[in-house]
Amino acid sequence: MRQTRSVEIGTGLFVLLGMSALFFLTTQTTGGDDFQAESVYMVEARFENVGSLRQRAPVTMSGVTIGRVTDVTFDPVSLEAVVQFVIDAKFDRIPDDTDASILTSGILGSQYIGLQAGGSDMYLEEGSEILFTQSAIILENLIGKFLVNSGSSDEESN
Amino acid sequence: MRRSVQDIYENSFEFLRTFGAFQLFFLRLLRYSPGIFFSRFDLVVKQVYNTGALSLVIIMVCGLFVGAVLALQAYSNMSVFNAEDWTGVAAAFALVKELGPVLTAILFAGRAGTALTSEIGLMKATDQLSAMEMMAVNPVRRVLVPRFLGGVIAMPLLAAIFSGIGLFGAHLVGVELFQVDVGSFWQQIQLTLEIDDVREGIIKSCVFGVAASLIAVWEGYNAVPTAEGVGRATTRTVVITAIAILVFDFMITAALI
Repeated sequence: MRQTRSVEIGTGLFVLLGMSALFFLTTQTTGGDDFQAESVYMVEARFENVGSLRQRAPVTMSGVTIGRVTDVTFDPVSLEAVVQFVIDAKFDRIPDDTDASILTSGILGSQYIGLQAGGSDMYLEEGSEILFTQSAIILENLIGKFLVNSGSSDEESN
Repeated sequence: MRRSVQDIYENSFEFLRTFGAFQLFFLRLLRYSPGIFFSRFDLVVKQVYNTGALSLVIIMVCGLFVGAVLALQAYSNMSVFNAEDWTGVAAAFALVKELGPVLTAILFAGRAGTALTSEIGLMKATDQLSAMEMMAVNPVRRVLVPRFLGGVIAMPLLAAIFSGIGLFGAHLVGVELFQVDVGSFWQQIQLTLEIDDVREGIIKSCVFGVAASLIAVWEGYNAVPTAEGVGRATTRTVVITAIAILVFDFMITAALI
């Protein structure tokens, strides 16, 4: 009897420890989605170039995640990338002349959309489109420009 | 010449037969499993204790040092790029997706699998299994199924403990020893690791648990009932389990990518 008891206690401890390890792994090590909203509204923006922006990328305002990219498609007529994203319905007072730019977190980080508030009295709502957008900065293009510029400045100095 | 051809024929035939018998054995265990799980849960608890709780020490110590050495290696490589914050990410990815399940399964085969095989093999050698049959007790139900179930339950828990302790070891080396900022260490892990990665580790450890317990029980049940036979069966358990687990690991990873 005594032995069964210690076996049961040992097993209980072991299973408890295992469960808490599982719990720790699933909840504490994965940030997963820090964006959770009860209701959202969909906004659209057109970009010349979205770089490596993908679905589920965060949409931030002043550095706080307020939404998430739901779809990135290509418009065959206007030849632009169309990015659809949802914003938490709590934030319903974002001016409709807000501008959206595609930014990179850190030097090797993933890309996200940063919103910069405008000054209009009209607010973004379901289905509205952000008109002022700034494309992703492509490193190769930047280097290309830099090389061209430095070449021309050399010529000037000569 | 003729003789060797016949040997090859017979050997391959024998291999096929063993393989088929192994599958049927698995099905037999599965068929009895729900019944034993619900009617003789006390037997299962005892085996969870034997395979799981008694393996805790080796799993925890190994996990701690594996996590610590991963952080050590990651730090020295990441610091070249000034990306020390990523130390934890490297360790966490390796632990949760690969090393946690795989190393736990191999340690499990060494610690618990061999114990199962030798116990069952010795029961067979001392005619305890035949005695049970004489008493109209099905030894597969009474002896093998609880041990199989115990291993299947214990293995995912052990793997989770291994990964958890491993992360703690990585924290010790990364944060305490190398002074990586504790906030960015864990934030970077949380940002990079996704729930799918943890799920992959859990799926792996469940599959490995079934494979390792099944092989251990099978080898014990089919051991040659002599001292030498039991010893051989125990060795085979470790060898076959290690191979099976690494092959399964590759297949699961390929399937989930």
